[in-house]
Amino acid sequence: MTDYNFAYLDEQTKRMIRRAILKGLAIPGYQVPFASREMPMPYGWGTGGVQVSAAVLTPDDTFKVIDQGADDTTNAVSIRRFFEKTAGVAVTEATVDASVIQTRHRIPEQELRSDQILVYQVPIPEPLRFLEPSEVETRKMHSLEEYGLMHVKLYEDISQHGAIATAYAYPVKVEGRYVMDPSPIPKFDNPKLNMAGIQLFGAGREQRIYAVPPYTDVVSLDFDDYPFEASKADHACDLCGAEDSYLDELIVDDAGGRMFMCSDTDYCAGRRKAGCIGAQGIPYQEDVA
Amino acid sequence: MNPLLNVTGVSKSYGDRIGCKDVSFDLYPGEVMGIVGESGSGKSTLLSCLAGHLGPDTGAVNFDTRIAGMRDTITMSEPERRMLSRTDWAFVHQHARDGLRMNVSAGGNVGERLMAVGARHYGEIREQAIDWLSRVEINADRVDDRPSAFSGGMQQRLQIARNLVTGPRLVFMDEPTGGLDVSVQARLLDLLRGLVREMNLSAIIVTHDLAVVRLLADRLMVMKDGHVVETGLTDQVLDDPQHGYTQLLVSSVLQV
Repeated sequence: MTDYNFAYLDEQTKRMIRRAILKGLAIPGYQVPFASREMPMPYGWGTGGVQVSAAVLTPDDTFKVIDQGADDTTNAVSIRRFFEKTAGVAVTEATVDASVIQTRHRIPEQELRSDQILVYQVPIPEPLRFLEPSEVETRKMHSLEEYGLMHVKLYEDISQHGAIATAYAYPVKVEGRYVMDPSPIPKFDNPKLNMAGIQLFGAGREQRIYAVPPYTDVVSLDFDDYPFEASKADHACDLCGAEDSYLDELIVDDAGGRMFMCSDTDYCAGRRKAGCIGAQGIPYQEDVA
Repeated sequence: MNPLLNVTGVSKSYGDRIGCKDVSFDLYPGEVMGIVGESGSGKSTLLSCLAGHLGPDTGAVNFDTRIAGMRDTITMSEPERRMLSRTDWAFVHQHARDGLRMNVSAGGNVGERLMAVGARHYGEIREQAIDWLSRVEINADRVDDRPSAFSGGMQQRLQIARNLVTGPRLVFMDEPTGGLDVSVQARLLDLLRGLVREMNLSAIIVTHDLAVVRLLADRLMVMKDGHVVETGLTDQVLDDPQHGYTQLLVSSVLQV
């Protein structure tokens, strides 16, 4: 038992956030302003995601937090503990067991089901921000569906780098209407945005919530002669041997030695438990990372 | 022949102060009209009203649209007006920085209007951008440079290329040669004159430089304190000014 209200936020605030979420679900990709509260963590640590999670959590939920694919980094551990303490919900590291997953920078490799909710932490919700600094103007561009400028960014990429070099926060068009920033997930994850689960995006500092309902059409922007490509490191995971998952590159010594491993730790551990071994892997043992 | 633009009774005031008062004129396809007057005479206010940047208090600005014929651009919906300003209209600012995206390459600047109207083929966009850069005398190898690396004259030419790439029919120019030195000015005027004739553009040029209108404009409108005091063919107005203010204006030009 705790002295906090369930999931830290008071009921009125949660109600306000739920309204924003419902509006966001009704208008896929539209950024709904909401009265973001101060949370007991700094901006940039997931204050938006935490508020959305607090509003959707119920006592029966099982909660999972991902930070850059991993369950065991500072941000993931502290947010998981936060809700363990303030909501008393069950927590897990297994994607399949979780009903609410808060994530930063990744979508799990495991395909999500329709009874799961994915909550994203969003630093800058406005995809047009770095092209058009005026908020008044970007809102007008969204409302009038003037998205030519988004392609100017991709044009610049190709003219400077010979290919669309945007590798994360790759802009998408939701249900043929709103252009949306999918938060800084790698573009490898963009095809997965078309999923069975509910996706909610919370930006605490910028005070915006937006959403992608299940089975919504999400298209990555591209050019006819430079089509979108979901890229990843051209390698297999050195721990579990997976060739279909997004990889982190790790420098292991001063002689240029490196290894690639799954960014999704739960996915990697699951495969190793099942007996898969990569080039530098060892057979799975409990309590050994 | 039908006018391309029909302006009737356009007035705009800022509180008690008059911006421009009861301006009416017709502009025909291929015609270039100059608006001259001293600072504060309401030239720029009028131009902003015509281009849809400002809402006039009264009056109508009818434009001969490709699809629906004559339409009042003041009462049409904002999406329609913005669409017009991306396709059939162009606006050349006095300061190239206002009309360009300074952190986007020259090619991207020219391509923006194409992408805004739905072009989605990189190769074709780039080809057109390079073609337009050469038409405004910018070397093709500068296509990936940012406008901040360009000289003032080049920036102004780039702004013109960026505006003309979608083949507009009406160009609004606000002091297009302001702030450029005379030799650069002369080349820019030469270029503009060529493009206007070649593309059969209609243009409205606001300027206080009488030499500019002498070179470019077919017709002239002289403004003072928000009112139009004299209109007529350019040569007629400049060589035989009737209104006292026009006489003052013409006699104020410095002779070398």
